[in-house]
Formats: sequence, C-alpha cells, structure tokens
Amino acid sequence: MSLPILWFVLLAVLWCGFLFLEGFDFGVGMLHGFVGHSDDERRVAINAIGPVWDGNEVWLIVAGAGMFAAFPEWYATMFSGFYLALVAVLVALIIRGVSFEFRTQRESAGWRRTWDAALTLGSLLVPLLVGCALGNLLRGVPIDSSHEYTGSFFTLLNPYSLFVGLTVVLLCLAHGAAFLALKTRGVVQARAEGMGRWLAPLAALAVIAFTAWTLAIAGHAARAPVPVLAVLAILAAAWFIRSHRDGWAFLATAVAMLATVATIFVFLYPRVMVSSTNAAFNLTVHNASSSSYTLKVMTVVTAIFLPLVLIYQGWTFYVFRKRIDVGDVRQQPGSATAGTGGAGTAGGAGGPGGTGGAGGPGGAGGPGGTGPAGAPAGR
Amino acid sequence: MVVAVSQLDLARLQFAATSIYHFLFVPVTIGLAFLVAILQTVWHRRGDDEYLRLTRFFGTLLLINVAVGVVTGLVQEFQFGMAWSSYSRFVGDVFGAPLAIEGLAAFFLESTFLGLWLFGWGRLPKAVHLATIWLVALGTVLSAAFIMAANSWMQRPVGYRINPATGRAQLTSIWAVLTNSMFLWAYGHVLLAALVTGAGLMLAVSAWHLLRRSDPHVFRKTTRVALIVLVPAALLAMLVGSELGVVGEKYQPMKIAAGEALWNTARPASFTLFQIGGFTAGDPTPTFAIKAPHGLSFLATNSWNGKVQGMNQINAQYQQKYGPGDYRPNVFVAFWSIRVMAYLAGLVFLLALWGVWLLRRQKIETSTWFLRLAVWAVVIPFIMNTAGWALTENGRQPWIVQGLQLTRNGVSPSVSATTIAISLVVFVLLYGAMAVIDAVLMIRFARRPIAPTPPLDEHDVPVPAMTY
Ligand code: HDD
Ligand code: HEM
Ligand code: HEM
Repeated sequence: MSLPILWFVLLAVLWCGFLFLEGFDFGVGMLHGFVGHSDDERRVAINAIGPVWDGNEVWLIVAGAGMFAAFPEWYATMFSGFYLALVAVLVALIIRGVSFEFRTQRESAGWRRTWDAALTLGSLLVPLLVGCALGNLLRGVPIDSSHEYTGSFFTLLNPYSLFVGLTVVLLCLAHGAAFLALKTRGVVQARAEGMGRWLAPLAALAVIAFTAWTLAIAGHAARAPVPVLAVLAILAAAWFIRSHRDGWAFLATAVAMLATVATIFVFLYPRVMVSSTNAAFNLTVHNASSSSYTLKVMTVVTAIFLPLVLIYQGWTFYVFRKRIDVGDVRQQPGSATAGTGGAGTAGGAGGPGGTGGAGGPGGAGGPGGTGPAGAPAGR
Repeated sequence: MVVAVSQLDLARLQFAATSIYHFLFVPVTIGLAFLVAILQTVWHRRGDDEYLRLTRFFGTLLLINVAVGVVTGLVQEFQFGMAWSSYSRFVGDVFGAPLAIEGLAAFFLESTFLGLWLFGWGRLPKAVHLATIWLVALGTVLSAAFIMAANSWMQRPVGYRINPATGRAQLTSIWAVLTNSMFLWAYGHVLLAALVTGAGLMLAVSAWHLLRRSDPHVFRKTTRVALIVLVPAALLAMLVGSELGVVGEKYQPMKIAAGEALWNTARPASFTLFQIGGFTAGDPTPTFAIKAPHGLSFLATNSWNGKVQGMNQINAQYQQKYGPGDYRPNVFVAFWSIRVMAYLAGLVFLLALWGVWLLRRQKIETSTWFLRLAVWAVVIPFIMNTAGWALTENGRQPWIVQGLQLTRNGVSPSVSATTIAISLVVFVLLYGAMAVIDAVLMIRFARRPIAPTPPLDEHDVPVPAMTY
C-alpha cells in the first residue's frame, strides 16, 4: 500500500473513531433531558460519559490535524469551502464543551436548564453538520481547477448531504441510548432502553435509505458490502435492545456507526473530495497528499502513539466500567471535585455507607457491565 | 461612515483575537496542572490532609479553566484551513506534521488522563491516581512543545525546501524543525511564562483567603508553594527572554530593530527605556527619550559594543532580496510590547522576592499590603503573555512565514470579507460571553471557603464521587 493510500485509510479510521466514540456522547447529550426527569437523573446520564467525552473529542482534532499534515490540499479546500458550516460546528462544540463544567458550578435550576439546553443543542448540531459535510465530500461540491471552492453556504444544504447528517444523528441517538442502557441502572436505564426500542428501528430505516441513495449517486456496487454491514448491524441492534442484551446492543450500534461512516470513505476512494464542476478537478489521494517524507514521519509517529492511545483509552473504559445510578450522584450533590456542595458533603449521606450498602462500587457492574464495556478497548 | 475593511484585515483580526483569547487559558492550564500535581504529590508523601483539600480546591480551578481552554483550541485547529487556506496549502507539508503529532502525542494524553484524574478519586489506587495528574501535566507540556515548534518554524523556517514543481514548502528534516534554536528558546520562555502565570494565580487566591483569614493555615501552604515556584520562574523567564532577543537578532533582525524603534544601524546601540514619538517612518526621531547607553548592544548581541542593524538598512536589504515593498512591522506595538513584558517581569520578580522575605520572617499573614498587591497582581502575567505574543507575531509582519510567504498571500481566496465578518462577530460575542461566565465562576469558586477533608475510605483514599 502506498503511503497516501495508507493515510487515506488512517484518516477514515480517525473519522470513524470520532463518530463511534463521540457518537454515543452526542446521543447521551441529546437524550439526557429525556431519560432524566430530575436533575439527579440527568446527572446520571451526563456522568456516564463524564470521564470519557473529552478524550473522545480529541479524535476529531486529530482527524482535522491529520488531514492538514497528510492532505493539505484536502484540508485547505474543505475547511475554507465549508467555512460557515464549520463555524456552526465550532459554536456547537464550544457551547457543548463548556456546558459540562459550567452546569455543575451552580445549583440553581434555571442555570442548569440553560446548560442542559446547550448540551442538547450542541450534541444535535455537531453530528448533523459533520454528517452533512461528509455527505458533501462524496456527492460533490463546486471546485475549480485550482482546487478552490466556488459554491456558497447554501450549496452545502442539498438533500443527499442533509440526509446523511440526519442518518448520523439517528445513529448517534440509538448509539447513545444503547450506551446509557449499558452504563446505568434504575429508572435512567429503563427509559434509555425504552427509547432505544424505537430509535434503533428508526435509525435502521435511515441507514437503509442512505445505502440505497449512496449506491444511486456513487455506483460501485462491488463496495456495497460495507453499507450492507451497517444495515445488518443496526437491525441487530434493534433486536438486541428488545431482548435486553445491552452489551450486544451497544456493540451493534457501534458497528453500525463505524460501517456507515466507513461507507462514505469507501465510496470516495480514490477521490477525497469530488468536484461537481468537472471530474478533472477532483481532489484525489494522489494530488492532495503531502510529500512522502512527511507521510513517513507521520506514519512512524502514528505507529508509536496510536496503539498507546488505544491502550489508555481502553483502560479508561475499563476503569469506569461500573454501571451508575441516582445513588452515585446523590452521594455528593453539585460539583464534588472539591466538595463544593459543602452541606451535602458534610452530611451523613456523603459517607461511604451511602453507596457501599447498595452493592458496592466494585461489584455493581456485574457481567453486563464488564464484558461489553470492554468492546471499545479491543477496537 | 463607511470604512472599507479588507478580507485580509478581518482574517488577521480574527486570528489575533482568537489566539490571544486561547492563550489566556493556556498558561493557566500548563502552570496549574503542574502546581496541582505538586500539591497532590506532597499529600501523597506526607499524608497531610490539608494538601488533599488544596489539591481538590485548585484542581477545580484548573478544570473550570481547561473547559474554555479546550474549546478555544478547537477553533485554532480549524481556522488555518478556514481563513488561511493558501497558507495551509503552502506550508501543510511542514506545518501540519507538528500539529498532528501534538494531537496524537499530547491532546489524547491530556484529555484522557484529566478524565481519569477527575473521576478517578477513590476508583484508582492512590499512586496510580497521582500518576494521572502528572500525565496531564506532561500532556500540557508536550502540546506546548509541538505547537511552539510549528510557530517557531514560521519565525525561522528550517528543515524544508521549496518544491520547484509546486512552489510549496516541503519538509526535509523533522529533526531540524524540532531542534530549531528559535524553538528551543521560545519554548523555554513560554513554559516559564506559564509557570509564572499559574503561580501568580495560586498566590493571588491564597493571598485573598489570608486577607480574609479564612483557613489561613491551609492557604499559608499554597502561598509558600506559589512563591517558591514564582521566584526562580520569573528570574529564568527574564534570562531566557533576553537570550530570545539575541536569537531573534540573528534570525529576525527586523523584529528586534522594531522592538527598539531603531531606524538606523548603530554601534554601540543604546537601550531606550521610554520614548514619546519616533514610531513611524515619517517621524523617526522621538520628541523625548530616556536611554541607557550600550544597553541594546548588550541585550541583542551579548557584547558591550555590538552592532545592531536598523530598520531602514534591513528594509533596503529585503527589498533587494524579495522585491519592492515595506518590510517593517508596526513599530509602536513592537516597542511597547517588549517593554511591557520586561518591566512587568521585573515587577513580578520583586513582588515575589518581597513575599519570600516576608515568609522567612513569618510575617506574610499580617502584611496586608503585600497580600493586597498579590491579589491584584494576578492580572500581570496575562498582560505579559499577551504582550509577548504581540511582539512575536507583530514583529514577523508583513510575513506570515518569515521570508517565504507574505501574510496577504496566505488568506483563503474563496472566503469573502462578509463571511469572515460573520464568523468574527460570532466568535467575539461567544468568547465575550464565555469570558464573563468563566471569570465569574472562577472568582466565585476561588472565594469560597475551602471544602473540608473529603470522607476517606479505609485506605485513606477519598470515596468516589460523581463529578458533573
Ligand atoms: C504554548 C502553549 C500553546 C499554544 C501556543 C497553543 N496552544 Fe492550544 N492548547 C495548549 C497549549 C497551547 C494546552 C495547554 O495544551 C491546552 C489549553 C487547555 C488545554 O486543555 O490544553 C490547549 C488546547 C488546545 C486544543 C484542545 C485540546 C483538547 O481537546 O484537549 C486544541 C485543538 C489546540 N489547543 C490547538 C491549538 C492551535 C492550533 C494553536 C495555534 C494556533 C494553539 N493551540 C496554540
Ligand atoms: C503557536 C501557535 C501559533 C501559530 C501557529 C500562530 C500563527 C499565526 C498566523 C497563521 C497568523 C496569521 C495572521 C497574521 O499574520 O496576521 C498569526 C497572527 C497573529 N497571532 Fe499568532 N500563532 C500562534 C500563537 C499565537 C498566540 C498564542 C497568540 C496570542 C496570545 C498569537 C497572536 C497573534 C497576533 C496578535 C497575530 C496578528 C499579528 C498581526 O497581524 O499583526 N499567536 N499567528
Ligand atoms: C515573567 C515574565 C515574562 C513573561 C510571562 C513573558 C511572556 C512571553 C510570551 C508568552 C512570549 C511569546 C512566546 C514566545 O515567543 O516565546 C514572549 C516572547 C518574547 N519575550 Fe517574554 N515574557 C517575560 C519576560 C521577558 C523578558 C524579561 C524579556 C527580555 C527582556 C523577554 C523577551 C521576549 C522576547 C524577545 C520575545 C519574542 C520572541 C521572538 O523573537 O519571537 N520576555 N514572552
């Protein structure tokens, strides 16, 4: 495999990794107000992704920087061409990113509702717009002979690309519901499962339509097994959720997400960005890539660091494999980092007895928690 | 009145605004991560629970700060491609690599272990938990390394060639990029600046509590830690900063000449402490100036009678080399940014020495004057940092990459002025709102009485707690 092709594959892996990992964070972000009716219940949902969401988001940063390093033409054309859409992505990522930390800092209900809204909205917009951007790569946008984008913001809002965005959002929702069903206990888990029951079939419909539409605009029937895998996986997820097999359901939504995102890249190759103006102006793996020296350097660096990242991110999932419920978050109301909820901390409820009795932190995860939570680690 | 603002001006304004904003949070993250790691290490070794309380207290300040630091960094990562696509095409082969390495080697480390640290209280064995905060600190230091290597390459390009077929820069030696002398000094300077910022913040918060006599026995400890870090960090920042000037004189003589408002070559060159006027080519002679003879020769060349080139002479050389044009940056900004930085550095150093003296005489808790000053001094490092970047970036103008690409040739041709104006307004409003919220939250939290010792389990480990 030549280096530019290897890097095309690596970038596909990075984008897939981003939407697989941050995908359930987005899902949880969109769902937290629905699975949680009280503040404590919402905190259960948020804390389920608490330790990992920031690390998951780095996949996006590395995907962006990786494009810059390996395919500067692609990075330059796509990021300047999709300018306003990316501003919206950034705004969504910003309000969502600060909402986690900001919402805990004050206990007033209005304050928390504001940041809950920011979390929900941000978690909806990012996958919608990122999906839309990926769709546009494949569908094609006006690009001239010097690789400059010549369309406008509204050129990007075409039916196919918007539909890809919608599909990604639905997958995030199903993925997030499966994640919550796996990682929580009690009423939050019950509601997440309940929502998963109809979110997964809905996502399945979207993935089926996405598959058909993609084949229609991009051809390449020989590459169909990838989106078909996505369809099978999301159908399996719907079935697993019905039969309360949370670990398997999560694994299935993960595969569905990975295969859906991979579909875009599989159908793109060897192009990286399609020009709707003239096929001769397409950006391809070969005309957009960096020099072979740079790619070599990047390959060595990636060979060293990516496995390390996978190991310690996997370990993080292992450390936090235990299911959580309202009892855990009640232990220390407010931000417990420094015991800010002074009164609650001092109160007897904060003592170890509080949770210790209820199954103990260690064992509560049980088989349901340990097995499937290991899945991301092994990826 | 209608003022024609070009797409270039808007793009520059946006880049300057977003990076200055990002860099308000960056040094706090780097500095505090290190200081919190120290506090936790002391708790780990001595088992003194007050250090545990302090670790969690300053840890929360760190987290509130990181929240904004991270999201503003995202904008930085994207905006090279968004607003500076010609620049990105031109340098991507060289410049993208350190950025991508930064993500892989540093950001993953930083964010993953921050999550582990935050949620790991009581879940992880004590020693492993301590290791997580040190890995966060390592992540911040690594990320600064790669981003500074990228930035220093723009100041002094090395390890590249211009591909004759494409006319673009192409990496020939990553080693040269990572051992660029400009980078090594600038990196050292930035890390020290971050320590000064973090220690200054810790000192200010501690002083505030000492003034109010809330938990003085606890905050006396962080006053000490902060001062012990501040004295050497401030001193070294000054020494490394002056060496940075010498390196700068070698590779970016125009920047140093502008920093001294030195229009014509002089040997020996005096250092101007203060001047009024003399900042434009039309008005090169100050109406008033206080000068220290030989000062600049010494600072810029390390020798008493060294020759320092003037802007007019350098400009003439550049015109020969690069074609007609004005290669002189904004002199007023250059002149005052270096002075603001250097003078305030002296001030911080003196304040820190005073604090150490009070500490040794056991009088720090009663020295209301010192404590009040220390609280207000919290803003100084932020001013110094901003001034430092103004010097670095303004001094490079009109180049975006010194000697290789002009800033005006770096912007995105496909992005209109209106589009950039929209994003600029959006970012300014959003950043403004975040600044207010973040400042209010940090101040509110910093003023709160420190929480009591958290409940410990049978192994003296704090019980796990959900955090958001
Ligand atoms: C000398 C240090 C320094 C400088 C000059 C910059 N940064 Fe920065 N950046 C950091 C030091 C840092 C940090 C200390 O590592 C941060 C601050 C808050 C944090 O969590 O990490 C960070 C965060 C941060 C993030 C979020 C990382 C995460 O999610 O953990 C991104 C994407 C960037 N930065 C990118 C940039 C870019 C593209 C810059 C250049 C224009 C830049 N930073 C300048
Ligand atoms: C280390 C990473 C950095 C890189 C790669 C970088 C790169 C750039 C680039 C591409 C520009 C283009 C716009 C222009 O030249 O006008 C610029 C300008 C600028 N940057 Fe930086 N920068 C970095 C860090 C910073 C930081 C941290 C600050 C401030 C705290 C800063 C302050 C500025 C300012 C003030 C300008 C505008 C200068 C002018 O136009 O006069 N930079 N920089
Ligand atoms: C504690 C005090 C100081 C702080 C916090 C500080 C901060 C900074 C920062 C953030 C930068 C930009 C990043 C870089 O290029 O490394 C900078 C640049 C610089 N600083 Fe400082 N600084 C301090 C003291 C000094 C002193 C005392 C001097 C010298 C008299 C100095 C000389 C310089 C120079 C020459 C540059 C520009 C480097 C270039 O040529 O691009 N600094 N400073």
